[in-house]
Amino acid sequence: MKISVTVNGEKRESEVEPRTLLVQYIRENLALTGTNVGCDTSSCGACSMHMNGEAVKSCTVLAVQADGCDITTIEGLAKGGKMHPMQEAFMQNHGLQCGYCTPGMVMAAISLLKENPNPTEEEVRIGLEGNLCRCTGYHNIIQSVLACAKGGN
Amino acid sequence: MLPAAFDYKRAGSAAEAISLVSEYGDDAKFLAGGHSLLPLMKLRLAAPSVLVDIGRLTDLSYIRDAGDHIAIGALTRHMDVEKSPVLAQHVPLLAHAAGHVGDPQVRHRGTIGGSIAHADPASDLPATTLALGATYVVQGASGTREIAAKDFYKGFLESALRPDEMLTEIRVPKMNGAGWSFQKFNRRAQDWAIVGVAAWRRGSESGVALVNMGSTPVLATSVAAAIASGASVSDAAQKASAEAEPQSDLNATSDYRKHLASVLVRRALEESSK
Repeated sequence: MKISVTVNGEKRESEVEPRTLLVQYIRENLALTGTNVGCDTSSCGACSMHMNGEAVKSCTVLAVQADGCDITTIEGLAKGGKMHPMQEAFMQNHGLQCGYCTPGMVMAAISLLKENPNPTEEEVRIGLEGNLCRCTGYHNIIQSVLACAKGGN
Repeated sequence: MLPAAFDYKRAGSAAEAISLVSEYGDDAKFLAGGHSLLPLMKLRLAAPSVLVDIGRLTDLSYIRDAGDHIAIGALTRHMDVEKSPVLAQHVPLLAHAAGHVGDPQVRHRGTIGGSIAHADPASDLPATTLALGATYVVQGASGTREIAAKDFYKGFLESALRPDEMLTEIRVPKMNGAGWSFQKFNRRAQDWAIVGVAAWRRGSESGVALVNMGSTPVLATSVAAAIASGASVSDAAQKASAEAEPQSDLNATSDYRKHLASVLVRRALEESSK
């Protein structure tokens, strides 16, 4: 089936099999491999990206369901060589260890602040419940999100 | 993991969706948010040969005050149920429970109608709407009918929906200030409940339903009957499992679930009785 998806601001048209997962389409058809696949069962959140501005788990969305949608992946955040404030906050606060969950964490965190711009620490913890960090590096991830929120971003 | 191959049909209206599933019969499944169906398909526990995508029927995404009840379109997402001011005012138990489904990413995609039609006893919203005495409106090739939540759940992942019928609306009575509680016991964030309880109470009237306590969501009628006859909360809670036949699995034995249900029902009734 032919789909047309705007990915990181660029319109992409592709022929996909209906069973193609959104994450597979993004990684394999469009070669945007910044988004990781972790559990592949909609638990870990590593594959989080934005669909029409909201975080979704792209291992549990079909590419055909994204037809006509606006998709943002981790590659679409930096503008003009400058990192997104959330990426900057993760860097400043050492919000990562091995880095595997990071793209998903950053995408989920941006979506969280869009819905709740001034969260408490508890609200950040609950708001990121869909993202697992196998290094258990949660403390600095939470600090990163709070720092980004405090910075008015 | 990829699902088995299927044909994909996108419906432009409820009528078209129903006509498409009527055409393909048992081999076809409706696809809404996909957060119950796609995981099953990826694990090859389900392999429909046709998916009829109803996810774009935005006219079935609404929350309306309809006098004595709130009417919720089947395609309304969990996030929209959770954040609805209308539900916060009139059916706070449902808005609260919707906020406990999965995680934010899941709630951005999953729909109330999909969750109910999937009829998973471990899901939060089937039991919550059951406790609230909801009515489900379904549309089929031969017309529209209403099914009471208590008559809807027939077995594990089985409902009273006929193959050519689609759930279109959930009607939930207003709570009119009743006390309420939602208890979800799990070991990790975002997990399904090992046992869950949705409850409301207004004096001697109450409704209590259990999550993951059998092959269907369970309406704990003996608890409500005990409350109606003036029993104390702790005595009523002892009846928690009277209608339940909980399974044993990796997370809990059947007996442990029964114990948990009595504890959680007591807590739920205490909170609802404040």
